[in-house]
Amino acid sequence: MALTLKHLFRKKVTTQYPEKKLETSRRIRGQQFVWRSDLCTACATCAKSCPHGIIRIATSKNGENKYAVDRIEFDIGRCMFCGLCVEACPYSALYMGRGYEEARYSRKLLWADMEVLMSPDSEPSAYGHTEIEEKIPEQTLLVYGQISKKMADKNDS
Amino acid sequence: MNAWHYFVNLLPNVRTDFITWLQGFGLPSSLIIFLDSIIGITLLLLIVFPIVMLFTWMERRFIARFQLRPGPNRCGPLGLFYPIADGIKLLTKEFIMPAKGDKLIHWVAPVILFFSALMVFAVFPIGSGVRGAFADLNIGVLYVVAISSLAVIGIFMAGWASNNKYSLIGAMRGMAQLISYEVPMVLSIVGVVLIVGSLQMSEIVGKQTVPFILLQPLGFLIYFIGAMTELNRSPMDMIEADSEIVAGYFTEYSGMKFAMFYIGEYINALAVAIIVTTLFLSGWKGPFLPFWFWFLLKVLAVFMFILWMRATLIRLRIDQVMAFSWKFLLPVALINVFITAAEVLVWDTWMSGWQSFPWPFIFVNFAIAAAVIILWSRLFFKTGGGKVEVGRLRARDSQRYGADSQAPVS
Amino acid sequence: MELKTQPFVLNVGPCHPSTHGVFRMRVTLDGEVIVDLEPIFGYLHRGIEKLAEGRTYTQNIPFTDRLDYIASMINNFAYVLAVEKLAGVKVPERAEYLRVIVAEMMRIARHLLAVGFFTSDLGALMTPLLYMWREREKIVDLFEMLCGQRLTYNYMRIGGVSHDAPPEFLPALKKFLKEMPDFVNEYDQLLAENEVLLARTKGVGILPPDLAVNCSVSGPMLRASGVKWDIRKADPYSIYDRFDFDIPTGAIGDVYDRYRVRIEEIRQSTRILEQAIEQLPPGEVCAKVPTLLRPPKGDAYARIEASTGELGFYLVSDGSIAPYRFRVRSPELLNLTVLRDISIGWKIADLIAIFASIDIALGEVDR
Repeated sequence: MALTLKHLFRKKVTTQYPEKKLETSRRIRGQQFVWRSDLCTACATCAKSCPHGIIRIATSKNGENKYAVDRIEFDIGRCMFCGLCVEACPYSALYMGRGYEEARYSRKLLWADMEVLMSPDSEPSAYGHTEIEEKIPEQTLLVYGQISKKMADKNDS
Repeated sequence: MNAWHYFVNLLPNVRTDFITWLQGFGLPSSLIIFLDSIIGITLLLLIVFPIVMLFTWMERRFIARFQLRPGPNRCGPLGLFYPIADGIKLLTKEFIMPAKGDKLIHWVAPVILFFSALMVFAVFPIGSGVRGAFADLNIGVLYVVAISSLAVIGIFMAGWASNNKYSLIGAMRGMAQLISYEVPMVLSIVGVVLIVGSLQMSEIVGKQTVPFILLQPLGFLIYFIGAMTELNRSPMDMIEADSEIVAGYFTEYSGMKFAMFYIGEYINALAVAIIVTTLFLSGWKGPFLPFWFWFLLKVLAVFMFILWMRATLIRLRIDQVMAFSWKFLLPVALINVFITAAEVLVWDTWMSGWQSFPWPFIFVNFAIAAAVIILWSRLFFKTGGGKVEVGRLRARDSQRYGADSQAPVS
Repeated sequence: MELKTQPFVLNVGPCHPSTHGVFRMRVTLDGEVIVDLEPIFGYLHRGIEKLAEGRTYTQNIPFTDRLDYIASMINNFAYVLAVEKLAGVKVPERAEYLRVIVAEMMRIARHLLAVGFFTSDLGALMTPLLYMWREREKIVDLFEMLCGQRLTYNYMRIGGVSHDAPPEFLPALKKFLKEMPDFVNEYDQLLAENEVLLARTKGVGILPPDLAVNCSVSGPMLRASGVKWDIRKADPYSIYDRFDFDIPTGAIGDVYDRYRVRIEEIRQSTRILEQAIEQLPPGEVCAKVPTLLRPPKGDAYARIEASTGELGFYLVSDGSIAPYRFRVRSPELLNLTVLRDISIGWKIADLIAIFASIDIALGEVDR
């Protein structure tokens, strides 16, 4: 019982979400995808490597031996965010995003189409792309007692 | 008396003034008594319900604090409006009744529980003087004990009327536990009564120049453990064991009926805290500050201790609880009564000339308490339970219940 | 004259606060004493074994995460070992060490959760659970740093692991390991000398060693009954033969012994981790394996010591890119089969304690 009493006076370890947030890891496999249309060659390797087949790509010919992507859609509702598509892309055109608040009110809205995939709001994560790891802020780790260190100053945003 | 003295003994003074004012009108005395009762009840409810709401808030915040998290803090400053939010939510919920349950008993059970919990508050002294308690009966302690045993009927009615095996198990456990813990509790109160010589609650507080917890450590411990069991709190909360039988006797309740059980539990907690404060911690007595302030402080301290135990300890099994009551608490309570009676006799016959307070007995009592607890638990007390030999199921039962007819004989 | 009682059947149903998942038991009770018990599971069956037959070997790795979803890394480990045995792939040194580090961290996290939920089921509200959870959060934060997810990691690949540890990983892990022994000692003291816990768990639900061996029980349950069998020592896989650690065993095999074995295993895992961190060599983290791996025809069975027992994968390949048969030897299902035998004669409250000490996660029981 003395143990519980000691804990009464220790710092709490929870974060008052959504006012304060923890900084996620640099390699987080978040619920968004970031697609670089300049690097993509429409080979659809990502679609073939998905265990569930949630990636839909429609292409059309764009000159000699080249394809252009007409439509590319990810079904975020059925995705399990395993990251195999990111690893499979031979041209490093696909990144996972860092967001985790992708809940929507209906399943139709959970399809990420080209507009969402190329939107500048989603930040790419370093999963499968360790070269961009330096640019992403550091993670808050409970081991160092950080509860919401970084976000304390971003509180008003 | 000046403003400070009036403030210190606020509630009794308000009532006395109100009666004097009424008497000025020349009303018949029965009407005055009637109006006095109304104002007393109102004052009492005004004290009890806010404190009970405070208790529900404290429970969630402080248990959360023990678990390294902030607890509810969104509804109002520091989450103080949570009890109100709870009340509104429970008021607007539908009354779900099990189809085959007994409707009348289902309705009456929470009522009995709630009102028997409330009735106990009539005799608690909140301030000194004539009108310190709402009804300062000179059998105050007996009244408390009698009324608090009505809760058992409420629990059993709730468990039976729900037509649910889980509820029935919970109700059976509850009855067994509550009834068997009443006996040591009452015996431990007898110790205090022997020292004071009267059953009147205000007398008991009046005689405590030094709190009786020092004179009756064993009695305090027994009463406290018994009271926590009566409240169905950890570590003896198996009748509403959340992880075993989902909520015990009030599984099938929803809406305001559930609210009555829920609040009834906290009213019971408040009643127990006040009894402990009155009998063992010298009630409203304290140096400089107002009486009701000390009273509130002690009551809150007792409740905090109960909360701390709930947050820490794991629950006992029902047969261990029963064994603890009958094989440990009851004999120890009897020993306590015997020793107290012997001391009172010695004090009155030979030593009353020396000092006004029996100081030496404090040390004697602590030593005896320690010795009895250690020796009894080593030598005589064995928790019950253990594996029960299960023979073969009778063929008729196995066909009816579809179970394997060959339970191993082990 | 004997009191006539009638047994009645209680359904400890799928939705219950302390069945760890959707698990149902039909318990025949005589008063409070259990006379018979019939476990009914399958509420979480997702057909993983069938689904896996239609996907390539790499695509099956996320599925293995979802078996014992609380200890995903260890499931990945077993599967990847089976595929490597089948295809004859050699794993680089650094990858082996990273795998061991990650697997032992996962074992600590899994045992912390098991002990926490055990005390929570016994009735301690949630307080010890939340203390254990805080330590588990520290581990899971480190995993998030390593591979990006907190529950279903998908970290191991055929031929190694998917990412190398970032430079912040090892200092954080060292700090965690420094604080771990104090934490374990504190909570061991809280719970092991607690009279109530001893009264509730000592002598309850004894599993005799010969019944355990006959029923294919493995893991901490087997070791608590006194049988000194740990696959890391008896049939070493990966590089476990380079580390120096003990196997804790219990005396009689009751609930208390199982709890103690888990706490001791946390300590032993800390030892392994310290040695592994010291010996970690630099180098590659994944061997070059073709994307669509076609292992030669044949079969392979690989087993590891998961936190709940012997987790085995039996893979049959017919030379194509997907396995022909993907079979999981689920330790928790086999441990559950003795539930009836060890809980007859005890009371309902003891049933909950016994069930919590078997420590299941329904994902593996039902697959």
